Amino acid sequence: MGKTFAEKVLASKSGQPEVVPGQIVNVAPDVVMSHDNSAFILETFREIGVTRLKDPSRVVMALDHCVPAATERYALNHKMVREFVAEQGIENFYDVEEGVCHQVLPEKGHVLPGSLILGSDSHTTTYGAFGAFAAGIGRSETAAIWATGKMWLRVPETIHIGVTGAFRRGVSAKDVILRVIGDLGADGALYKSVEFSGETIRAMSIAGRMVLCNMAAEMGAKNAYVAPDEKTDNWLRGRVKRSYQPVFPDEDADHELAARYDVAGLEPQVACPHAVDNVVPVSEVEGTRINQALIGTCTNGRMEDLRAAAMILKGRKVARGVRLLVFPASREVYLDALADGTLAVLATSGGIIMNPGCGPCLGAHEGILAPGEVCLSTANRNFKGRMGSPEAKIYLANPETVAASAVAGEICAP
Amino acid sequence: MAIRGRAWKYGDDVNTDVIYPGKYTYTISSPAEMAQHALEDLDPAFAREVKRGDVVVAGKNFGCGSSREQAATCLKYAGVGAVVAKSFARIFFRNAINQGLALVECREGVDAIEQGDEVEIDFSSGILRCGGREFSFPPLPAEVIGIVEAGGLIPYTRKVLGIEDREGS
Repeated sequence: MGKTFAEKVLASKSGQPEVVPGQIVNVAPDVVMSHDNSAFILETFREIGVTRLKDPSRVVMALDHCVPAATERYALNHKMVREFVAEQGIENFYDVEEGVCHQVLPEKGHVLPGSLILGSDSHTTTYGAFGAFAAGIGRSETAAIWATGKMWLRVPETIHIGVTGAFRRGVSAKDVILRVIGDLGADGALYKSVEFSGETIRAMSIAGRMVLCNMAAEMGAKNAYVAPDEKTDNWLRGRVKRSYQPVFPDEDADHELAARYDVAGLEPQVACPHAVDNVVPVSEVEGTRINQALIGTCTNGRMEDLRAAAMILKGRKVARGVRLLVFPASREVYLDALADGTLAVLATSGGIIMNPGCGPCLGAHEGILAPGEVCLSTANRNFKGRMGSPEAKIYLANPETVAASAVAGEICAP
Repeated sequence: MAIRGRAWKYGDDVNTDVIYPGKYTYTISSPAEMAQHALEDLDPAFAREVKRGDVVVAGKNFGCGSSREQAATCLKYAGVGAVVAKSFARIFFRNAINQGLALVECREGVDAIEQGDEVEIDFSSGILRCGGREFSFPPLPAEVIGIVEAGGLIPYTRKVLGIEDREGS
């Protein structure tokens, strides 16, 4: 019986010849990531009583959740992080100008195929798009890894999602993953390693693969995986500072579930309030008036997303009464979009170009919702109260759907 | 170890945004203050009325969504003796263990318990009692029981590293 991707990586990183699902192993992650929460993690680290990080070269931090500081408290958090970075000699620190951690880490060469990355953020699963084993953990355990270099993990069972067919115009990676989550449910991949494969995945850009792996967290996945290929190598070239050894699952490995999707007939999808698995085709919610439209976040804030939105918005205007917020996922994306005219198109149409960062996605700042308001967003969560008032409603969609809806003033297909 | 308290009953997919809203995640650092906002966007009465030893009872996928550890911390410091659910989201499961918040996975028990019922949980025997009925539940994996028994990941890590407990800590 062959081995799955998860079984192979977790065996190797725990120094064992082989492991089985259900087994608990102790691993030494290649990278441990944290963001603004580093301010709280460092306090826990001090509580442990150790004075130096076990290995600062494996620690990566990116300030992105509350940037730039909107309150004195956020400013103090950032100040404490910068002081800790200096004290511990952490080189891999990305301050408020760089952008969202899940975009910055791959851009700066910290994500390698076959590596093990743990991060104190549930969307750490994003790095699976590069063939890394990447899972989210909590703040306390991040502090424990800083102190000891190790952490326990349970070896997951694997589920297989095979995707074939070509997307229709206006339909993209976000739509297929929303459909999968709608079908499997918020716990459909609970604790599982999700392996995506098939011709559609091969044809997908790295950005598209990141959307799939990012959203896999919303069906409870422990990690997600897309086999690295030439596209991965091309993306990483010039960014990574070490050579890497990709890991591939065996053809005959055991899977708990295998689901197949053909996207040829897939319509744009929308996740409705207040659950990510409350997914319907856009035609079922067309006409829903919106107050705010958001294009950005770790899910859909890349060049591909901004360009797709710009194609729709070129020569058109955001509807009166709608606020369109655009958050490029990183400084690099921002500068690329500036250079090729994409930001100009978005701004001319009425879009508000914001700084790279998480923005209002988690209700911290920069576009909070009032009671009764409706937001259509390219983010990954629409839970009650997430972006501000618990009386507001959040719908999730792909960037083209959001762009088209910003023009129409109501949810509509691109 | 055993606890007894009133049941607070909720449904499936209770996510960490309603357990502990995002707007507090980069502002509040005191566990006692976190407790004041526990379940705020799901049940405003909870934080006001919960008593030490009470039990949160929920359906499947409890604690899904954001990895925020405060979702476990706020329940623990609100006095919750245990969370009983049909299944737990994986990062919440980890955070609860790391905070020393007891978790019980027991499908039949959840179906039998109603809001306000008195629930008794005996961790050593793995038995949950409610309304005259008994339900058994599986123990936590052996490898992580040490963390809960030490009171959470930080005291456990200190033990592993051989760091002496400071006076008064």
